[in-house]
Amino acid sequence: MDVIQMQRTWVEYTKSLYREGFLDSQFAQLQLLQDESNPDFVVEVVSLFFEDSERLLNDLTKVIDQQQGVDFKKVDAHVHQLKGSSSSIGAQRVKNACVAFRSFCDEQNIEGSLRCLHQVKQEYYLVKNKLENLFSLEQKIVAAGGSVPVDELGFL
Amino acid sequence: MESCNCIEPQLPPDELLSKYQYISDFFIALAYFSIPLELIYFVKKSAVFPYRWVLVQFGAFIVLCGATHLINLWTFTIHSRNVAIVMTTAKILTAVVSCATALMLVHIIPDLLSVKTRELFLKNKAAELDREMGLIRTQEETGRHVRMLTHEIRSTLDRHTILKTTLVELGRTLSLEECALWMPTRTGLELQLAYTLRQQNPVGYTVPIHLPVINQVFSSNRAVKISPNSPVARLRPLAGKYPGEVVAVRVPLLHLSNFQINDWPELSTKRYALMVLMLPSDSARQWHTYELELVEVVADQVAVALSHAAILEESMRARDLLMEQNVALDLARREAETAIRARNDFLAVMNHEMRTPMHAIIALSSLLQETELTPEQRLMVETILKSSNLLATLINDVLDLSRLEDGSLQLDLGSFNLAAVFREVINLIRPIASVKKLLVTLHLAPDLPEYAIGDENRLMQTLLNVVGNAVKFSKEGSISITAFVAKAESLRDPRAPDFFPVPSDNHFYLRVQVKDTGSGINPQDYPKLFTKFAQSQSLATKNSGGSGLGLAICKRFVHLMDGHIWLESEGLGKGCTAIFMVKLGIAECCTESKLPAATKAGMNHARTDFPGLKVIVMDDNGVSRMVTKGLLVHLGCDVTGVSSGDECLRLISQDHHVLFIDVCMHDGYEVARRVHEKLTKRHERPLTVALTANSDKATKDQCRRVGMNGVVLKPVSIDKMRSVLSDLLEHRILL
Repeated sequence: MDVIQMQRTWVEYTKSLYREGFLDSQFAQLQLLQDESNPDFVVEVVSLFFEDSERLLNDLTKVIDQQQGVDFKKVDAHVHQLKGSSSSIGAQRVKNACVAFRSFCDEQNIEGSLRCLHQVKQEYYLVKNKLENLFSLEQKIVAAGGSVPVDELGFL
Repeated sequence: MESCNCIEPQLPPDELLSKYQYISDFFIALAYFSIPLELIYFVKKSAVFPYRWVLVQFGAFIVLCGATHLINLWTFTIHSRNVAIVMTTAKILTAVVSCATALMLVHIIPDLLSVKTRELFLKNKAAELDREMGLIRTQEETGRHVRMLTHEIRSTLDRHTILKTTLVELGRTLSLEECALWMPTRTGLELQLAYTLRQQNPVGYTVPIHLPVINQVFSSNRAVKISPNSPVARLRPLAGKYPGEVVAVRVPLLHLSNFQINDWPELSTKRYALMVLMLPSDSARQWHTYELELVEVVADQVAVALSHAAILEESMRARDLLMEQNVALDLARREAETAIRARNDFLAVMNHEMRTPMHAIIALSSLLQETELTPEQRLMVETILKSSNLLATLINDVLDLSRLEDGSLQLDLGSFNLAAVFREVINLIRPIASVKKLLVTLHLAPDLPEYAIGDENRLMQTLLNVVGNAVKFSKEGSISITAFVAKAESLRDPRAPDFFPVPSDNHFYLRVQVKDTGSGINPQDYPKLFTKFAQSQSLATKNSGGSGLGLAICKRFVHLMDGHIWLESEGLGKGCTAIFMVKLGIAECCTESKLPAATKAGMNHARTDFPGLKVIVMDDNGVSRMVTKGLLVHLGCDVTGVSSGDECLRLISQDHHVLFIDVCMHDGYEVARRVHEKLTKRHERPLTVALTANSDKATKDQCRRVGMNGVVLKPVSIDKMRSVLSDLLEHRILL
């Protein structure tokens, strides 16, 4: 594929992510922080996010699946962490799911919590997929000699 | 004949004659006997009678005389000798007694007479005393009348009432038939009948003032009797045959100016009124002195009362006038305020309304310039731009000036780069100067501070105006701009006698000189230079735009900055030097308070925001921590990330400037407190900022309680972080 075409695809793809609410302005801030002296900033942060989130989700599953009664405090703590991470990178839908999760935790509602957990997981995997696609496209562009056209996103 | 001792009467007895003699003698005797009896009776009755001895003597004399006459009765006929002897004895005795009495009376009668005269004298005296008593009584009564009259007269301050009361009371007291007051007219040539007692509405009789009778009355301060036929007295048809006596008295009309301190007794007034009083006709009354005195006193009292009334009227009038003036002034002030407010509102609206389309024009013209244009089009667009810029300048000038005049303009103080101002002005002016082939040079003294505190915009405006003028009025040659710190000796300029610069530690005086080789200034035009809207006729060339406001505005700005501006020129065609001095503050820190706008294509420019600022970020969430760290690194900070409180406390030192703490961490606040404990001195301690996703009051309060310097809401954008850091560093607290 042609670099320009790839760049255009990248732009469209990114815009769609924003449009569909997967990402919000915080992600744009991260993109702004990326410059010559810090070229892989976004990728690094997002990778860290993936690691953190998977760990947290595993822990969450473990805690909720406890037969002897769910320790909602722990659940809350984990969800809090996940919420913080997702809002730091701008994973909007994940963050919103976490917010809903927390309210069920406050009510100590196991059913609701379980459902929320599923929701969060779903959103997480979705956004992870999307971001991985985005990064692979970026790699391709860079490999083809072009640069990621961040400033063409326009509306930021 | 028988020898009898009878005595024959002397005369032959004529029968009739002797009979009558006989009877008369009898009666004389009787009378002579009864008188003493009466005397004794009445003396006994009276208490006071001196001279009883005389009475006895007198009585004896009378008795003896009576006895003599009695005995004489017997001598008419023949009577015996005994009778004759008795008769003779009686006569001798009588003669003795009467002589004695006569002798005594010589002593006594003068005494008696003197008694009588004394009596008369005493009677006269008594009569006199009676008269005097009467007089005193009338005087006292007069006094009472006067007091009452005065009281009546003085109890009112209304002139009309005073005069009417006077006449009424006088009429009553003195029982006058008519009483009239003649007042001098405005012209002073006539006396007009102003008030009368009996007639209600006196018709306007006038009498010329220079009649002899009137002069006579006016020349004396006493009441003067005048003829009832004189014109002032002929007020009514005669009621009776004989008109009563008429008296006239002058009433001085006093003016305030008459009371000169050294001149009290003599009234230098020339105006008198005339009071005429008429006694009832057909009465035999005459004017008594005390009545005249009463009238004089009353006249004087009336004069004083009238003058008081006049003064009061005057002061009331003045007070009313003042009140009216006050009201008028108040109204005028309110109108002026309304006018000013209306003008300000108008200006504000016009300001906005005018600038908006202006900006549109200028912006779009600029954009148009950027596109591809044919040369003619480009020229047109340039002209449009130039004209609209001019118009924008004009609008700004006018609006600025009106605000300046009001005194409502205040300088926007801030710290700025001094050299940058000059460079910018040069950049702005260079195109025009190069078109005119003018050389522009800038020389900044090396001791000029890099940063200064003042109103950057206005300084630039002033400088631009001055330099712009230099360029405008120079057709060729060069413009040189020099700026240096004014030394103390050069601060006082003989050309500016009322400019007293006071150098101090925090401020310095910037002196800027702009020298051009242009057309110079006519010495005649010098006073008008800084006047609004006044342009010198000889210099109004086709190219000189502007309204003539520039220098006036500059002068205002310079004055606001505690400075002075003036122009020097050696004459027409010899160029001109504009010099101004302004007071600027010396900036302490070198951070700019104005921040350049963020651009997104990753300009390295942003990296110099906070060079070398040592920051610690404490957040247990790896992703958040990394994002925050990336943000701060992007802004040029030297960032260390920690994930636990212990690690934070281990690393924190006084070298660190800022500490960001995620207070959602369980020991977030604790760490903040411990940091404060560890580094207690304020200037050593790093600034602590809370990062939180909660913006509620409880969080804020908690942060404040542990002594944190600020709270920031996650997630943080680049701009937000930048402004947070700059606020922190400038104010040491997040506002």
